[in-house]
Amino acid sequence: MAITPPENRLWWKEPLHGIETIWITVGFLWGLFMTGMMVYWHMTGEQNLSNEAYRVNPDTYAEKVEAAAAQYTVREDEQSGIPVVHPPAGSDVYMLARLWEWWPILELEKGKEYRLHLSSLDWLHGFSLQPTNINLQIHPNYEMVLTIKPEQTGDFGIICNEFCGIGHHTMLGKMIIVE
Amino acid sequence: MSMSLFRTCPDTGLKVHGPAESLIKANAVVAVVFLALGGLFGLLVALTRWQAVHLLPADLFYLALTAHGADILIFWIIFFEIAILYFASAILLNCRLAMPKVAWLAFILMLVGALMANVAVLQGDSSVMFTSYVPMKADHKFYLGLILFAVGALVAVMVFFGTLVIAKKERTYEGSVPLVTFGAVTAAIIAVYTIASGAVILVPTWLWSIGLIGEIDTLTYRVVWWGFGHSSQQINVAAQVSCWYAIAAIVLGAKPMSEKVSRAAFFLYICFLLLASAHHLLVDPGLSSEWKVVNTSYALFLAVLGSLIHGMSVPGAIEVAQRKNGFTQGTFGWLRNAPWGNPAFSGMFLSVVLFGVLGGITGVIMGTEQINLIIHNTLYVPGHFHGTVAAGTTLAFMAVSYLVVPLIFRKEIMFKKMAQWQPYMFGLGITGLSVFMMAAGTLGVSRRHWDMAFSDATMTFDYPPAVFMIMALNGISGIIATIGGGMFVIVIVASVFFGKKRGEEEVKNNPIVHQGGGTVAAHGSAESLHIPGTIVLVSLFFGAFVLYYFINWKYLSEIWPLS
Amino acid sequence: MSDTDNTDKDKEPIPGMQSLLDNTFLLLFIGVAVPSVIYTIWGVMEVANIPLAH
Repeated sequence: MAITPPENRLWWKEPLHGIETIWITVGFLWGLFMTGMMVYWHMTGEQNLSNEAYRVNPDTYAEKVEAAAAQYTVREDEQSGIPVVHPPAGSDVYMLARLWEWWPILELEKGKEYRLHLSSLDWLHGFSLQPTNINLQIHPNYEMVLTIKPEQTGDFGIICNEFCGIGHHTMLGKMIIVE
Repeated sequence: MSMSLFRTCPDTGLKVHGPAESLIKANAVVAVVFLALGGLFGLLVALTRWQAVHLLPADLFYLALTAHGADILIFWIIFFEIAILYFASAILLNCRLAMPKVAWLAFILMLVGALMANVAVLQGDSSVMFTSYVPMKADHKFYLGLILFAVGALVAVMVFFGTLVIAKKERTYEGSVPLVTFGAVTAAIIAVYTIASGAVILVPTWLWSIGLIGEIDTLTYRVVWWGFGHSSQQINVAAQVSCWYAIAAIVLGAKPMSEKVSRAAFFLYICFLLLASAHHLLVDPGLSSEWKVVNTSYALFLAVLGSLIHGMSVPGAIEVAQRKNGFTQGTFGWLRNAPWGNPAFSGMFLSVVLFGVLGGITGVIMGTEQINLIIHNTLYVPGHFHGTVAAGTTLAFMAVSYLVVPLIFRKEIMFKKMAQWQPYMFGLGITGLSVFMMAAGTLGVSRRHWDMAFSDATMTFDYPPAVFMIMALNGISGIIATIGGGMFVIVIVASVFFGKKRGEEEVKNNPIVHQGGGTVAAHGSAESLHIPGTIVLVSLFFGAFVLYYFINWKYLSEIWPLS
Repeated sequence: MSDTDNTDKDKEPIPGMQSLLDNTFLLLFIGVAVPSVIYTIWGVMEVANIPLAH
């Protein structure tokens, strides 16, 4: 029994049952396959993180975001008063997270690639772009850069999905995708 | 060593060391208290996320969620695991427990720490979630409480290792330790790494909270903290698998199909299970894909292979035992005629199935580097770990409690009917919680979020309307799970404190340990193994696994291209 | 020398893998060393090597 020592002193020498051998082989090969899938997706799949990141001082990052916003602001959002920024297609675009907002609102063009920079000015935040459903962890002091290519037009919500204090559930941002 | 400290168990014939028995009782009782407390906080959380009820205001919701996480994921689980470690060493090895006084010190440290953390949370200034990510700051008592608890747990683990040394030296057993003890060794080893990681990150965080350290790097915190936070749940995996083997052995007389295979599977856990802490860091900035793939795959999924092996070995051992017990009809006669009215068995079997299907499959899928993009920090995550920790571990520990009460507390189980239904009630509720949270998570709903309608936000966003119904069903599931958990607490507490003493007559009339079956033929020869039912079950499981795996790649391929 | 294994009647040596699995403290070493190196140390080194923003 499993609650008593093995009866066979040399239990390691017991042969495997056929079915056990099969199951272990299947499980092992499936594990190799699943590992291979991740590598394969890096080579051929379209959804991969670049893992490009830099250390950055929050003040420096804020200046970068504000400079980009000053250059490309096209209007203010009626509900929130947050500037809507329409940077050139294919350029570097910046967004910051802070208690409790995403700033600014980015207006991007469908089918164009952008280098999206993300960082936090204070605590950890979660970048959850919905409904396309892309979720990223946003840190202060680290600037994350990823290339993103919007595929549908419309208003997309950016929900904070990392708990960031009592105003967490009000932390809602926006990304607008136009033709 | 005076023999007067020992009694002989009339059920098992094992020599039971008195101080070990007292320590098992103390740790198990306190564990159940924290289960009750944490479970109630969980109900409050579920009723708040049910948007039509929306029970708590935001601040109390985050408080309750923090308390729920700490009380269940740490205090309930680890107190109970310490009881299991003492049982698997001192009791199963017929040995005295090493240094009982030190073990009591460990118990007190853990208790003081757990209470301190709870007080800090209830005071309202430590609603930082179980993860306490810096630079969000909790009251210093919160960190200190966790540190004291961790130190106590580490001391208790040392007592366990000390007991193994004594048992070997005093030759209280022959050959290798029992498989269940080996599983406990696995759990204890995982606990050492877990607690060490916790100390490495929580001690500086505590010093930071009292102003002695200036700043803690958030990314380093997450890397090291998850070595603690995720690994603590891997202690559970090893401990619960041990419970599965133990219950199958005690209730049905099952023996492992192969000692070699089962122990090798535990060895894979020892080597690779802890790498999965990386599951939490797959969408963090700056960590390379090489690090992510190697770690998130538990090195080529070798730890998952360990779980797949147990997933066949446990039902297989049950099938073999049941066939030996005379239930040989058809493919599933052994399963139909299993003791479904015995909560120790039903709880264990539900734990195996639910852990595999709800917890296991989903864990591997969300731990796939790229697929994590559509899952990270959504409700899918708590959906997954309610499948592992609640349906898997908690249900397994509940099941084993139905054996601990008669064998260690020497009390008959009271309210037998309620006890019979309890695992089903709890299993049903937790299955609902798990499935509905995963469904909402698949639709993108955030975890740890007070208001998925965003009524106080300056902008508007609407999740698909279905999520409100899904989270209502989640709330109902939470109520069912709470009733199931409450039934457990009532049965156990009543039996322990008011139950009829288990005397000779009860031992004779109501045997706990399986008597039948006789001598089992030698295992380890290919022709002796006949497990058609298990093969069908395992094949169904594997089919579901493969199917759901590819469905999630399909979901991933539909989101915007990223690179 | 192992002091648990050899009974008089059976002198056949314990297979290496079985001795390893019976050696709790060696297992403890492996179980702490492997994740410490592959997960923690490698991970923290990656964090430490993240370059400064330009």
